[in-house]
Amino acid sequence: MVGSHPSTEEVWAWLDLVPDPEIPVISVVDLGIVRDVDWDRGTLVVTVTPTYSGCPATSLIALEIEAALAAQGVRDIRIETRIAPAWTTDWLSEKGRARLEEFGIAPPQKAGGPDRCPRCGARDLERVSQFGSTPCKAQWRCRECLEPFDYFKCI
Amino acid sequence: MDENAALFEFLLRMGDNTLILGHRVSEWCGHAPVLEEDIALANTALDLIGQTQMWLGLAGEIEGQGRSADDLAFLRDAWDFRNLLLVEQPNGDFGQTMMRQFLFDAWHLPMLTMLAVGGHERIAEIAAKAAKEAAYHLDRSADLVIGLGDGTEESHARMQAALDLLWPYMAEPFEADEVDAAMTEAGVAPDPGTMRGAFMEKVGAVMDAATLTVPERRFAQTGGKSGVRHSEHLGHILTQMQWLQRAYPGAAW
Ligand SMILES: [Zn+2]
Repeated sequence: MVGSHPSTEEVWAWLDLVPDPEIPVISVVDLGIVRDVDWDRGTLVVTVTPTYSGCPATSLIALEIEAALAAQGVRDIRIETRIAPAWTTDWLSEKGRARLEEFGIAPPQKAGGPDRCPRCGARDLERVSQFGSTPCKAQWRCRECLEPFDYFKCI
Repeated sequence: MDENAALFEFLLRMGDNTLILGHRVSEWCGHAPVLEEDIALANTALDLIGQTQMWLGLAGEIEGQGRSADDLAFLRDAWDFRNLLLVEQPNGDFGQTMMRQFLFDAWHLPMLTMLAVGGHERIAEIAAKAAKEAAYHLDRSADLVIGLGDGTEESHARMQAALDLLWPYMAEPFEADEVDAAMTEAGVAPDPGTMRGAFMEKVGAVMDAATLTVPERRFAQTGGKSGVRHSEHLGHILTQMQWLQRAYPGAAW
């Protein structure tokens, strides 16, 4: 059976097509929650680090990963949860950050707030609320175009 | 005290705090004064419940009787709960809820920070993850306590009343008993008393900015974390929180 299963590179590429359930423009790989892919004999082990402790999408993500891999013919899968080191927005991919901004979500910044309005690029911004529609986002507003937007919190 | 038994008790304390506070905060869902606050409270509750799953999950493993986080949350009675009295206190108005949150966060974050560098690897991992969320909660609750305290005459009066009401519960987190002593001895957790200084400093700074006065009364309510004497409110929370698993044992999604 050696060599009969897909390479981990292939698996990573498939996982990069699995959308995050709450922000479907980025993949679970872009989000940085898939930490490791490895074969344990005939079992594919995917290690996932959850974003927020209470994120309701976590179990759905595991389900979608299993479904995506099953669609490629991989059925013997084990999903392991790893909480340390804790997930950080530093793990977002460059591609993911660009897609977020295109989608209207300002990507995380070390300064703790968005760098510019994802709609018009203006820098005169104000915070509306420390939390947004999901645990990973906050609500901000642009004082130029007056549009509210989501900011992906930096943690 | 047997170290494993002490560890189990300690994990119940951590998990019951976040469980009961998470449930209390979730009671605001759909009732908050403005939409943004409603969402923020729901998200805070979600973080706390998520942390609960990790604490009580580990508690069940340590106990070794096959109890899951859900079993511990939904199938224990009031006298088995080990949360601080503070977190079971009613929401009151929005200001009182935020005052309770701030007092909790100002204890919780330094506690998690210490546990994250403590001697128990699994506990340190959970604490490191939870600390990121707690830091965010503390920023927000401190901001709101300052905004409302240093707000209108009405909001100031309400925040002072909330602080006066909740202050007697803020001795309990810093009192050590044999569980704490065993955890300190094992290098897992700090001696609770040593954390009081930093807590008082943070509270002092925020209350100054909020133009609120920390009460000087020394009267203290205790008995939550030991389970000896919970307030009458805990039983009422449990009737709501546990009724589904009690009425339909084993019900699942
Ligand atoms: Zn704009």
